[in-house]
Amino acid sequence: MEYLALQLFNGLVNGSFYALLSLGLAVIFGVLRVVNFAHGALYMLGAFAAYLLLQDFGVGFWLALILAPIGIGIAGMVLERLLIRRLYGLDPLYNFLLTFGLTLMIQDGVRLRYGLQGQPYPAPAELAGSVSAGLVAYPTYRLFVIAFSLVVCVAVWYVIERTRLGMIVRAATERPELTRALGINVDRWITPVFGFGVALAALGGVLAAPMRNVSPLMGSELIIFAFAVVVIGGMGSIAGAVVAGFLVGVLASLAAVFNPALENVVAFALMAIVLLVRPAGLFGSLEARS
Amino acid sequence: MSSAVLEIEGLSARYGEAQALRDVSLHVGEGELVTLVGRNGAGKTTLLRCVMGLHRQSSGHVRLNGTDISVWPPYTRARAGLGYVPDDRGIYATLAVEENLTLPPSVASTRWPLTRVYDAFPVLKERRAHAGTKLSGGEQQMLSIARALRTGASVLLLDEPTEGLAPVLVQRVAAMLQEAKREGTTVLLVEQNLRFATTVADRHYLLAQGQIVEALANQEVIARESELLRHLGV
Repeated sequence: MEYLALQLFNGLVNGSFYALLSLGLAVIFGVLRVVNFAHGALYMLGAFAAYLLLQDFGVGFWLALILAPIGIGIAGMVLERLLIRRLYGLDPLYNFLLTFGLTLMIQDGVRLRYGLQGQPYPAPAELAGSVSAGLVAYPTYRLFVIAFSLVVCVAVWYVIERTRLGMIVRAATERPELTRALGINVDRWITPVFGFGVALAALGGVLAAPMRNVSPLMGSELIIFAFAVVVIGGMGSIAGAVVAGFLVGVLASLAAVFNPALENVVAFALMAIVLLVRPAGLFGSLEARS
Repeated sequence: MSSAVLEIEGLSARYGEAQALRDVSLHVGEGELVTLVGRNGAGKTTLLRCVMGLHRQSSGHVRLNGTDISVWPPYTRARAGLGYVPDDRGIYATLAVEENLTLPPSVASTRWPLTRVYDAFPVLKERRAHAGTKLSGGEQQMLSIARALRTGASVLLLDEPTEGLAPVLVQRVAAMLQEAKREGTTVLLVEQNLRFATTVADRHYLLAQGQIVEALANQEVIARESELLRHLGV
């Protein structure tokens, strides 16, 4: 029973990262129609930025939590301007080649300088130790990760669903051409939206740094799961990305209680079932057109 | 004869190898309601898409109030006063009814603020928080036209607004267009329904295989209705 409760929390922690990454992927795909395979590498850059801020400038976790996403987000905007922009209207194959190529370059660039071995990153002192969470004592920092990720997801959901900017993002996601014909300068929002999605990935990276070793390949496995989550939630669906993120995280961890080998299978089994039963995803709409 | 608000000159357009429009010229005067009639595939929708900037012409010009807008992107055309009602009504499923109405920025001091739209269509007010596509087909059509009117657009481009509507709703659309026209709105209307076209329009252009084959006054269309219906294949 205690193990079950522990795994439930572990699932929520994993789900937090899935949700943050899928959310960024969903927003980017919705507005740009680009599947960003470099998302995992940008997540890793977020973690590395936090690591370097601490090593070279003595900047701690809390400031890094703000600075790293902004910095990597700006880098993402430059990336969109220089490279991603050239993909619009091209065969999706180029999308794959460019963003996957970027992944390899970013990963190997970091590896060249810092090696494959992970660098440790300390959790902030304020969140050291553990607190009693119902049946079990659970690390304070991990509980913070769950809460913080939930707050970010709800905030993003609010902006998308309740503000005029979010209305434009939804309209551009559903019918980009019509939205232009109705007087909205959709292109003006493309670079900021990409930067924002990248910033969410970097934020995930900073949050992951104290839990996992900061290493060049830390994003490569996570990104595979994030893609499964995006498909399960529905391509481009904000609520879908968040709900499916936590769902996959929790189900995978609970499945591991019965058989550890099941943990990695659950996301893809769920994806296969969703594709069979509801190809547009849990929250997707087949009516939404590209 | 009023001056031309919308002027199309020598417009040609293609989809890949297929020539969709050939050297089309037409004009719509201020406050005029002009229809484009023609069979399916005659190029009517393509013409509206070219005017809106959604399809790039291979040659020719589109002028709005004398300004050449042929190379403008769609959003600046909308802001210059073109209101577009697409053939599929263009209602967003991910936007509530009220968001569907307020998405396009106002381009002029509008005669149709939200309150007037809601007075004219209480059902839209009642269901303003529902998803746009939860409305019936007819309600969606009203929403689409009301959306264009709300912005204060001076020229409306409507692509078959009566398609698939029950007769009572067709009358409703006619009343809306007549009201807009009375208030000085210029309208270019793509229509297959000749009966409806003659009840609202001043003039007509007959489009066949991407070319304007005849420009007709409303009286001529009424007089030659059966011949024209045969041409349209109705």
